This record gives sequence, structure tokens and C-alpha cells, in this order.
Amino acid sequence: MTTVLDGEQIAKEITEKFPGAVVSADKAAVVVMAESLYQVAEFLKNTPALDFNYLSNLTAVDYVDYFEVVYHLVSLKHNHSLVLKTRCYNRDKPVVPSVVSLWRSADFQEREAYDLMGISFDGHPNLKRLLLWEGFVGHPLRRDYL
Amino acid sequence: MTLLQQFQLWLVGSWPGWVAYVVPAIVGIVMVLVFLVVMVLVFIWYERRLLGRFQIRLGPNRLGPEGIFQPIATAVKILLKEDVIPAKADKVIHWLAPIIVFVPVLMIFAVVPFGQKAILADLNVGIVYVVAISSISAVGIYMAGWASNNKYGLIAALRVVAQVVSYELPLVLAILGVVLMAGSLSMTQIVASQHIPFLILQPLGFVIFFLGTVAEMNRSPFDLLEADSEIVAGYHIEYSGVKFALFFLGEYGHALAYSCIIATLFLGGWQGPFLPPILWFLIKIMAVFSVIVWMRATLPRLRVDQLMGFAWKGLLPMAVINLFIIAAEVLWLSEITPWLMVVVNFVLAGVLVLLWSRLFTLGGGRVEV
Amino acid sequence: MVIKTEPFIINIGPQHPSTHGVFRLRITLDGEVVVDVEPIIGYLHRGIEKMGENRTYTQVIPLTDRLDYLASMTNNFAYVLAVEKLAGIEVPERAEYLRIIMAETMRISSHLMAVGFFLNDLGAMMTPVLYMWREREKLLDLYEMVCGQRLTYNYMRIGGVSHDVPEEFLPALKKFVAEMPRFIDEYDQLLAQNEILLARCKGVGILPRDTAINIAASGPVLRASGVKWDLRKADPYSIYDRFDFEIPVGTVGDNYDRYWVRMREMRQSVRILEQAIAQLPAGEVRAKVPHLLRPPVGEVYGHIESPRGELGFYLVSDNSIAPYRFRIRPPTLINLTALKDMVIGWKVADLIITFGSIDVVLGEIDR
Repeated sequence: MTTVLDGEQIAKEITEKFPGAVVSADKAAVVVMAESLYQVAEFLKNTPALDFNYLSNLTAVDYVDYFEVVYHLVSLKHNHSLVLKTRCYNRDKPVVPSVVSLWRSADFQEREAYDLMGISFDGHPNLKRLLLWEGFVGHPLRRDYL
Repeated sequence: MTLLQQFQLWLVGSWPGWVAYVVPAIVGIVMVLVFLVVMVLVFIWYERRLLGRFQIRLGPNRLGPEGIFQPIATAVKILLKEDVIPAKADKVIHWLAPIIVFVPVLMIFAVVPFGQKAILADLNVGIVYVVAISSISAVGIYMAGWASNNKYGLIAALRVVAQVVSYELPLVLAILGVVLMAGSLSMTQIVASQHIPFLILQPLGFVIFFLGTVAEMNRSPFDLLEADSEIVAGYHIEYSGVKFALFFLGEYGHALAYSCIIATLFLGGWQGPFLPPILWFLIKIMAVFSVIVWMRATLPRLRVDQLMGFAWKGLLPMAVINLFIIAAEVLWLSEITPWLMVVVNFVLAGVLVLLWSRLFTLGGGRVEV
Repeated sequence: MVIKTEPFIINIGPQHPSTHGVFRLRITLDGEVVVDVEPIIGYLHRGIEKMGENRTYTQVIPLTDRLDYLASMTNNFAYVLAVEKLAGIEVPERAEYLRIIMAETMRISSHLMAVGFFLNDLGAMMTPVLYMWREREKLLDLYEMVCGQRLTYNYMRIGGVSHDVPEEFLPALKKFVAEMPRFIDEYDQLLAQNEILLARCKGVGILPRDTAINIAASGPVLRASGVKWDLRKADPYSIYDRFDFEIPVGTVGDNYDRYWVRMREMRQSVRILEQAIAQLPAGEVRAKVPHLLRPPVGEVYGHIESPRGELGFYLVSDNSIAPYRFRIRPPTLINLTALKDMVIGWKVADLIITFGSIDVVLGEIDR
């Protein structure tokens, strides 16, 4: 059975390495600051005890005050999982660092988040629209689109 | 003295010279054309039913009893379609290509012996004529691919040229084996010298020739020319209407022509006990065609480099070795008894095939980019 | 004299007999060798995620049917599992067993189609397809018996399945399960040892193990590359922990391994079906769930092992009758990330069959 790791525990470990990165943590998820997302992700991937080498799902949610990008991480060896989140408060030009260089599965999923939600991923090699055609104006999955 | 020549001699007695020259020719041509058209229709029907039976379904069975009018309906449908020419296509070559593909197929039938003395033109270099004419269709296919102004067609056309040229060589070498044993290039002589069919006397030659003709006909497993699943109909992607009908007819005409050639060269032509010769000929053609359809229904397709590897590294060396063996046998063994040759040939064929299957790999691998 | 050559760009366009749907690939060719591949998708985008936000939780179930339309009930299954996890609903025993039976028969049906069309792309003119469709027809008849539909079933509900199976279903299913191993042997015999198939599939389109994990591949694509990860064993959902079955794992990760893994998985599915039919209890098939379900505030990620990989649904709820965010994790889109790695350096023909061996369904990629 895949153990869901306790968010508070992991938040403690992250705060030891990167003080100030964690915004909040509860049993379900760990929320980190957008600026330190890449370092935290790298730490989670490269630490042997955690070894999160499988990015199962990357998605974005539009809570009207902020955008939240959600990462579901899994470790195949230890069979445990974690939910990592980051928030972005800028409505007009939301920017989040890209994790493509760590996990290539983020390639298409970040493009889709850009396409449908409008969040730019800094460092993505090919950030173009995926599902909608070039020249489409707007980002349909936002709450204020239609 | 063929039947037509006898007819001509009879005419010379009572009619003016030009009649005796023209009428037998026209009669012969009409009979060959009728045979061709009727047999092509029969082949189309037969293939679709047989393919259906291989795929555990019935073939077409709606039009007429057991679907025998289906090919006529297919032909009418194709002829009624609009002839679409792409805007930027080269009009002259686009129009010329189907003709160049179809006419050589018709011309092969001039030297096929249907019976003891029933042949349109008894050339004494019959088999060389066949080889020469059959290579012209490749040029037509290449023209079709080029003139369509379509990248898929171009890929197909280039593949065709490679394939047809590569498979000509083993084909001709296998024919040379037959010619050595028969002692003559004329088709009637080859048939007459087969007291034991050359299928048994030269198994390796038969296999090489058979695979070579399947490749020349662009049929499965060598049909990457019109690989439906890859380049969407290949060279005739931009053809419709009468021109497509000519390609379609040309493909089945090719199948018919090569079945006739195989029956003549290796199965003993029209020879056989009890039944009239034309019936034996038809039985042999249908048998060869059934095997061709069987290969189409069951085998997957080869890739282009595997195809070329198979021709140059597999069939060609075996054909050369086969030729030397046959030459040696004709020189030393033909007086003793033909059955000794049969045994020796089968053993050698088995040994060579086993050796080749161990020694060589099919096709190239990944190319560093 | 050096002849000038240049690579040319060709479009394996949205309408093509072998792209398994409306899918476009822009490939750059140097002669016959593939130099670059760029997939362009979105031709079947219907905005299902946005539509889900405007429908009640039960009304979303027919939408999920249209995602992976070749294995529709597994989509239903994943979605209702996610909602039940969120709302804390318990499902009666008989419904669990019926769901497993449907999921495993769907796996067999989907793999039959995938393998059949993979062999068809290789050039064996529809003959393997028609042999495998004989069995698929029997399965589709079974589904028609149960829910009246052959393609988009809409059979699962939140809290169970929509109604019980009729009496003719179980004998027909038993007959199917008894005959199936013999048919799988027949398919194995058709082409598995064929020289041409081995020459075209072995060693072609290799997905290395580390790349497979890095791109988060799942399903037969991941297992063929040597990673023993199957959600039915690693993170058992529903009642999969009561059944005894194995997970076939490939070695190299080439096309032949993916084909081999799918054939073996069909056998394991038959094994699970035999056990499920033997253990099927009587009882209700649907729990009491309010008509307009309002789950508590929270979020859930519910995932299952669909025939194509890890199909997941991420639901965010704000205690209203419709989901706040309805996200579908498409297994085939993520499996496609490595298409370029698998195909560069090979020829056009290999591109087509490698793409066929990944087994995509456009409904799921484009949503």
C-alpha cells in the first residue's frame, strides 16, 4: 500500500535545509514558496531516504485570489507519496519555476497548464499551447472565463 | 508451327496478302485480351473471397451468387469516379504514367504458351523478352509518384525503384538456371523439356524466383509501396477514375502474368494427363495465385532496409550458387538420371537455406543522428 | 562532387489510417531516417475538464465515458473511486466484485484491440484484428446484456453500480472465461514467433528504464521497460488485494516487449476473473447516496490501473453540488513524452509501429 507521507514531517525536513521555504503544511500537503520550488523539488528528488523519482501528476487550480500548482510525487522504491503545492498571487502574469529538468513528465503537463490556465513556467524549453490552436486568445479553464 | 501460323497459311491460299497478315494477328490479340480481362476479374473475386476466408469472415457475397459480379461492380465504380488531378502536378507525366505501367503487362502475354501450339508469338528468345518488358513498369510507377507532387507519393516512388531493381537480379539468375536445364530460351521449348517439372528439379531456383516475383508485383510481404498503414496508398495516392482503374488492373494483371510465367517455367505449363491443356494451365495459375494470396493474408510487412538486405545479402548469393550448381549438374549429371539431380538439389537447397538463416541478420539497425 | 541533400518535413496528418485517432505528427526525415518528431494534438479537445465544473457529481460520470472510449468503464471506475474517497462512502460487496469483473473484462477487450491493431500496422492485413475481434464481440455482447450499450457504458455510480446484472450474464461470462485461455494460445501462435515480426520489433523503439521512470510512464509501457510497478499491487484499490495474480514485466523495453506484456496481462486478467466469479456474493449493488451529493471541503487524487496506464482524477470540492476542479491525469499523453527518444534514428515504418505499441487513445489525450 502506498504510504502517504505526513506533510508536517516533510515540512520540518525541508525547513532544516531551506529555511523560509515552507508556507504551510498539513497532513495532506506541503505548500512552498514559488521562488524556492526548484530547490525544494531537487532536494525531494535527490535525498536517498525520500527519493521522489516519479512525478505522477502536475496540475493547476484557480482559487480566485491565487493560482495553486499541485505536484503529486511518488517514490517507486520506497512506495510512498507526497503532495507538493505552490501558490502564485499575481493574476495577470503568473510565473512559476519549471521542474522539467528534474522530471520530464512535466513537459506536456506544464504546457497544458500554460495553455488552459495561463501560468508561465520559467525554464521550460518549449512553452507553447498544447490543446488549443496557436492564436487562441484567453485561458479557458480560469474561473472568470465565461 | 503455332495455331495462328497454320491459320495464316490457310488464309494465304484464298485471301489477299494483307488479310492473311492482319486477321490472324487481330484474332490472336483479341483472344489474349479476352483471356486477360476475364482472368483478372476472376482473380479479383478469388482474392477477395480467399482473403475473407483466411480472416474468418465471408468475402463479398451480395452481388450475384457467391458474389461473382463484385469485380464488375468494382470496375464500374472506379470508372465512374471523377478524375482529379492535383493543381501543381506535372500534367503530361501524370497522364502518361498509368499507361506505362499497364501496357507492358499486356505485352507479356504475347509469349505465354496456353497449349501445345497455342501461343501468340513463338519467339525463340521468349524469356528474355519477358524479363525486358517487365522492368518497364517500374519506370511508370516512379513517374506516377513524381508527378503527383505529393511527398508520400515521392517516398513510395523511391522505394519502388530500389525494390524492383534489387529483385531483378536474383530473378534473372533463377531464370538462367531454368534455361540451362531446358537448353533453350524459347517458352515452348522450356515447357516441352519438362518431363519432370522444374519445381522438383530446382527447388531453390523455384523459391528464389517465387520470392522475386512477389517482390516485383509489390505484394505482401514486400508491399511497402502501397503500405496502407504507413504512406497511405503510396504512388497512386493522387489518382482516381480511369487512371486508378489502370493501376488497379495493372496490379492484378501483373499477378496474372507472373503466375503464368511461374506455371510455364516451373510447373510444366499446360502439361498434364486426362484434362485438356488449357484446363491444366488454369489450375496451375490458380494454385500459384492461392499461395500468393496466402502470403498476403498472413505475413507482416518488411521494412525497406530489411527488404534490400534480403535481396542483396540473401537471395542474390543463393541465386549465384544455385546457378553454378545447376551448370555443374547439367554438365556432368544429366546423362545418369534426372532423379539423382532431384535428390542432390533438395539436399543442397536445404543446406543453403539453413546456412543463410543462421548467418545473416535481416536489415540494419538504428542510425546515429 | 558533393550532392546536396536536405531533410524534408512531412506531416503524418490528422487523417491517417494508422494514427489511432485524430493525431498529427510533424516528422523531419533525412531520406528514410527520422530526425525529429513533434506531436501536435488538440484535434479532439472538448473541454471536459471545464464541463465537469458545471455538472453535478453524478452528471460527470457520462462525461468520463468519452475519455478513453475503448475502455470506458475503467474511466467510470476511477472517477467514482475518487468521489467515494472524498466523501467517505462505502460500497457494498457485490458492487465491488461486479466492478472488478467489469474492469478486468475491459482490460481484456482493450488489449485485444491494442494488440490487433499493432499487428495490423505491421502489415498483416487485418487478419490478426479479425481473429481478436471474435472474442471482443463476445465481450461487447456481455456488456450489452448488462447496460444496453456497446461503447460508452455509464454503468458505475457513486456508491456502487447502477443496477444488477441479469441472469444470463453469469453463465455467459463463465463460458467466456473458460474458453479464453485457448484463444490466447491461438493468438500467440498466430504471429509471436514469426521471423518478420521479430526482425521488425525486437530491439526497435527502446525505452530505457531510467527514462521511463523520469517521464512517469505507466501501464504496459512502464512494465515493458523492466519496472515492476502496477497500481493493483503497489497501491491496491477496491478489493484487488483479495485476488492472486502476477505482473508480467519485460526486460528491454522495445516494441516486442510491450506486445508481450499485453498478451501476458490478458492471461492474468482471465485468472482474476475466475476468482472473482467464484467469490461473487449476493446483496445490494448500490449504497444509499444522496441525490445531489455534497462532499466535504477538501481534495482527493484517486487513481487506478487502466489498460493504458495510471488513470487519475484530481477532484477539489468546496461542498457544493459540482466539483470545483476536475482534473484528469491522462496516461497516454504522459507516455507520449518519450516518443522522440524512442524513434529518432529509426525509419518511418518503425515510427508507425512504435507509436502503435504505445497504444494511444485520442479521447484521453485531448479530453
